[in-house]
Amino acid sequence: MIGAGIVGASCAHALALAGLSVRVVDAGLPAATSAGMGHLVSLDGSAAELALCSDSLARWRALAPSLPASGAYHRCGTLWLAENEDDLATADDKRAALAMAGIGSELITPTRLAALEPLLRPGLSGALRVESDAILYAPRVADWLLECVGITLERAQVTALEDQQVRLADGRRLGARVIVLAAGLQAGALLEGLPIEAKKGHLLVTDRYPGRVSHQLVELGYGASAHAGQGTSVAFNLQARPTGQLLIGSTRQFDTLDPRVEPALLARMLERARGYLPALGAINAIRAWTGFRAATPDGLPIIGRHPEREGLWLALGHEGLGVTTAPSTAALIRAGVLGEHPPLDPSPYRFERFRASAPADGQR
Amino acid sequence: MNERLPRECELLIVGAGPAGMAAACAAADHGMSVVVIDDNPAPGGQIWRAGPRVDLPLRAQALRERFERLPGLRLCSATRVIDAPAPGRLLVEREHDAGVIDYHRLLLCTGARERLLPFPGWTLPGVTGAGGLQALIKGGLTVRGERIAIAGSGPLLLACAATVRAQRGRLVALAEQSPWQALAGFTIGLWRWPAKLAQAIALANPRYRAASRLIEALGERRLEAVVIESLGERREIACDRLACGFGLVANTELAQLLGCALDERGILVDQHQATSVAGVYAAGECTGPGGSELALVEGRIAGLAAADQYPLAAALSRRRARWQAFAAQLEQHFALDSSRLPPRRATTLVCRCEEVTLGELEAHSDWRRAKLASRCGMGACQGRVCAAATAQLFGWAPPPPRPPLSPARIDSLLLAGMEEVQE
Amino acid sequence: MIRLTLDGEALVLPEGTSVAAALAASGDDHARSDLAGRPRAPFCGMGICQECRVCIDGRRRLACQTLIREGMEVERTR
Ligand SMILES: Cc1cc2nc3c(=O)[nH]c(=O)nc-3n(C[C@H](O)[C@H](O)[C@H](O)COP(=O)(O)OP(=O)(O)OC[C@H]3O[C@@H](n4cnc5c(N)ncnc54)[C@H](O)[C@@H]3O)c2cc1C
Ligand SMILES: Cc1cc2nc3c(=O)[nH]c(=O)nc-3n(C[C@H](O)[C@H](O)[C@H](O)COP(=O)(O)OP(=O)(O)OC[C@H]3O[C@@H](n4cnc5c(N)ncnc54)[C@H](O)[C@@H]3O)c2cc1C
Ligand code: FES
Repeated sequence: MIGAGIVGASCAHALALAGLSVRVVDAGLPAATSAGMGHLVSLDGSAAELALCSDSLARWRALAPSLPASGAYHRCGTLWLAENEDDLATADDKRAALAMAGIGSELITPTRLAALEPLLRPGLSGALRVESDAILYAPRVADWLLECVGITLERAQVTALEDQQVRLADGRRLGARVIVLAAGLQAGALLEGLPIEAKKGHLLVTDRYPGRVSHQLVELGYGASAHAGQGTSVAFNLQARPTGQLLIGSTRQFDTLDPRVEPALLARMLERARGYLPALGAINAIRAWTGFRAATPDGLPIIGRHPEREGLWLALGHEGLGVTTAPSTAALIRAGVLGEHPPLDPSPYRFERFRASAPADGQR
Repeated sequence: MNERLPRECELLIVGAGPAGMAAACAAADHGMSVVVIDDNPAPGGQIWRAGPRVDLPLRAQALRERFERLPGLRLCSATRVIDAPAPGRLLVEREHDAGVIDYHRLLLCTGARERLLPFPGWTLPGVTGAGGLQALIKGGLTVRGERIAIAGSGPLLLACAATVRAQRGRLVALAEQSPWQALAGFTIGLWRWPAKLAQAIALANPRYRAASRLIEALGERRLEAVVIESLGERREIACDRLACGFGLVANTELAQLLGCALDERGILVDQHQATSVAGVYAAGECTGPGGSELALVEGRIAGLAAADQYPLAAALSRRRARWQAFAAQLEQHFALDSSRLPPRRATTLVCRCEEVTLGELEAHSDWRRAKLASRCGMGACQGRVCAAATAQLFGWAPPPPRPPLSPARIDSLLLAGMEEVQE
Repeated sequence: MIRLTLDGEALVLPEGTSVAAALAASGDDHARSDLAGRPRAPFCGMGICQECRVCIDGRRRLACQTLIREGMEVERTR
């Protein structure tokens, strides 16, 4: 397993539970898992995205009782906020889509919304409430998943992928029948031709203000921002941590690998947030940071066997949804490796989907 | 105080301690328009902190008076720099408002803070920093008749003891970790700085115990006693307050955010007090702890250099060298000996904000991993206290600072986005 | 002399006093409570440790770097 982020850790855990002996190699590079928000959310950008979310959310629910308290799993639910009638129509479409995937949700009135989250500005048109969504603290959960019998963790950098073995920075080679590449954005350094791009995101966390907000709050325009294929976008997304801290997002930017916080963009993001929650203005922020999402052209992750390389499996490209979808990613990898029946149709996530349209780009 | 914040200036100085005040005088004397930002309610920095219970030395009074009357100077007290949103621009916040200030040249005189190391019981009310207790007293805290223990390392313990005595507190312990040999060597070496020797004698205290180790603070909801080990013997001493400190750490966060290089003592500067970033200077204890005399002369050199008065600045370099030698003495004689630091107990909180224990941290190899696994350093102080502690305890490199430099209102951060500020 | 309130209780103190010193003058110097509800009081005295966070006239501020004002309302934080 190359990579100990939430995806690599979930895959390692699933394979170890299936009886395989798993060696996880991680270089400790900047990881999306340590930068992200940990919102377990049902997104419906496509049927395949929703299928992955819905299967994953059920798996997180099943795992929740065993998670350590420091994993901070909490089923807070999501409120998708509608600013106007158009948003309400979007909300209703979303409700219908979620229902098709077996996820319950309800449209709520402005009065109800104000009662649930009194700090929201007056005048919103309502919201879609998805009670099954949750939050967790992904870095801790990833570490916990790796504390499983059958897993050994090695802090080392993989410098090359070879046939059924990898080369490490110190020159050693490790062989394995199965190699899973779960190296997030950095996977591109090990495997040419991966269609993944970096999408930079800003987050900001506040001091503790317990009891002010109880749901994850997201504007309905978030989906459009998340699925945009270019440009810089900002969408309101706020999470109340169990500590009482508020985690505020989100931005999406292409064509940059500079990890520095951009004060002007951060300000735009905060302006948007304050537009929904005016009380935020007087609240103290304590830290802002950035992270990079590994995005594919169609926004879906790449999960499954590499079409040409013997024994190589891919689990990467989860964009802004990898914490949510890590368990199903792991289940798909497990089913593939063991030749079991997959828990959901694996075809939308296969690497081959990018090859089919451009067969000539196989550089190797 | 409700005056508007300035929008721009030729020289922006952060910090109104000895270094910042001396620099402002030097630069304003040469015609520069100067803005000084300081987060305390009044100028003076750590040593000349103003307050209802303060009698400043004459020298300090004179400098303050001259400073406050400088033509071309705008002093913004109770104002904190929270971010550097663009080149040549700082974002500042006050209690009721915020603003951006554009500068041509910037001088960092951000001083130093105490190194505060964890020990069992250090979160009990009644336990403070040593300089911290001084500062609280200067702010009006009454300690008359209270039993006060002081422990840790460095000359600040003596200064704190002097303040306590002057306020009629009852000093019940004064425990220094350095051994007598080192302290005696230091005092003997002081003949080269007669003023300091006189100070040392004035501060000398019969309760002073060298080679002493602070073991723990005891109490239920408030401090009740302290345990100190001296000459192999542990004593429990009942007290109302415990003031502790283990030397100083330079405040380099703003410099780091600006991209200035550091050395092992603080912000790296050349002979003109210029940092590695063009147009940015640094002076005083943010370049390395060294006392107020060194801060004063460095401040003057920096102020002159920022006003392009290089020959005048160069004329001060011998004086600076003299006080640099004093600083080197301090460092050598008060070097921390890990066998005399408080015992490492797994249950002791290291991160006061997020309540992370030493035991939780020990398993990790570096700050980043420890932080992600335990939330250490993720609270309101942003690791200012615990990162200095883990640097001492485990040798971990502290994390690079992230904006905002200290907790700031979201409203204030919104100003970072403004292209041109109309207000 | 300056009049202020701390958690609703009136205090009268000399001008120039810091809010941190005002906490102590009230007889209970704690400024906030930790996660387990134990009291925390001003510690560094100089704007670094954030232990002295209190709510002053509706804003969360540092007690050690704020001076008392006539009519100021100070509340301890959770
Ligand atoms: C700002 C932001 C907010 C987000 N919010 C959410 C959210 O609310 N909900 C959600 O579900 N998702 C969210 N995400 C997305 C989510 O965080 C990622 O999709 C997920 O963490 C990806 O996990 P990963 O394991 O694939 O990759 P990573 O976490 O990036 O891990 C990759 C690992 O591989 C290792 N590695 C890389 N190269 C090598 C090598 N050559 N040798 C050895 N090791 C190597 C790295 O050290 C790293 O540990 C967010 C992301 C960002 C940036
Ligand atoms: C707690 C403490 C107590 C001390 N007590 C004594 C003593 O009693 N006797 C003695 O001889 N020496 C004492 N010293 C040593 C003393 O610091 C120096 O001798 C001298 O004050 C250094 O001057 P300076 O100008 O470099 O920095 P300082 O005097 O520390 O001044 C720096 C100023 O910058 C401000 N500042 C920092 N960052 C920001 C920001 N981001 N925004 C706005 N303002 C900022 C600080 O609050 C401070 O007011 C003490 C040091 C400390 C840390
Ligand atoms: S006492 Fe440390 S910040 Fe106020």
